[in-house]
Amino acid sequence: MGKLIRFLPLILVIALGVVLYRGLSLNPQDMPSALVGKPMPQFSLPTLNNSERIVTSADLKGDIVLLNVWATWCPTCKYEHPYLVDIAKNPQLKLYGLNYKDERAAAQEWLTVYEDPYMFSIFDDVGTLGLDLGVYGAPETFVIDHHGIIRKRFAGAIDTRVWRKEFEPLIAQLISEKQQGK
Amino acid sequence: MTMMNKTLSSILVMCTAFYLVIAAIGTANASPVDTYVFEDEVMKIRFQALSKELRCPKCQNQNLADSNSPIAADLRRELYDLLKQGKADSEIVDFMVNRYGEFVLYRPKVSELTYVLWFGPAVLVLLAIIVVIVVVRRKPANKEKLALSSEQQDKLKQLLKDK
Repeated sequence: MGKLIRFLPLILVIALGVVLYRGLSLNPQDMPSALVGKPMPQFSLPTLNNSERIVTSADLKGDIVLLNVWATWCPTCKYEHPYLVDIAKNPQLKLYGLNYKDERAAAQEWLTVYEDPYMFSIFDDVGTLGLDLGVYGAPETFVIDHHGIIRKRFAGAIDTRVWRKEFEPLIAQLISEKQQGK
Repeated sequence: MTMMNKTLSSILVMCTAFYLVIAAIGTANASPVDTYVFEDEVMKIRFQALSKELRCPKCQNQNLADSNSPIAADLRRELYDLLKQGKADSEIVDFMVNRYGEFVLYRPKVSELTYVLWFGPAVLVLLAIIVVIVVVRRKPANKEKLALSSEQQDKLKQLLKDK
């Protein structure tokens, strides 16, 4: 007991060091979404290319879905764009866009000048769906499983490194879940 | 003469207008000003209180009232709409938490996740008090140890005698 008390300051200092070191290595911008594990919120919005065509959350259901929040005012979205074009080639998932608080003409031009990687883009000019999704900027990417449940939210640009680390394992898991009929 | 007067007065009007514009820009930069019309004083106070209580998700050390970011402006508008719909404060807070997580609260709710946050300081103070009590109590025991044994007393007397 006496020995333990003698070493108590050392133990406390080490414990404090561990806590502070962990605190330093955490990313304060990295916050989990409140929506992970919850179904995709209901919405009814036009697509970017056709203001007459109204899509709802039912249109996204049944597949493994990547919903990418993007806008022409967002420089990081431009950085991310070539990677999205690459990801869209994967036949096991579907990539949809959520054009967030943007201008229709500018966004349409973006997709013609660069390539359009999306099945379609939802046109959310006021940001109502963005608000329901807890979006606070762009780019952000949501992974939705074949039941329509949000499984991941990623804020920031996707590139090869991020894709391998953050998305590939989850996508593989979702594919096996779907095949097993879970 | 009248010509001169007219020129003078128009210069005066222009100066005043210029000053007013500068003043307006000055206040606009100070903090975000939304032109919301409140139905009554209570609603205004609730709006101000809630926008101070809720944290901006993008600019993490600012609340909704302080932040100039677009998302904070959106959330203030949403807050205003919810108040207008007659939602209770707790409903509004739940609305925000359901979308942006507990993170938007400057005062997190008491839950398993936040026990350390809420009770940690109290536990530390308690620990400190216990340590102080233990240390103070151990003092007399130390004094006894410091006292000389009878053998040492004899030796001391011997030494003093020799002198």
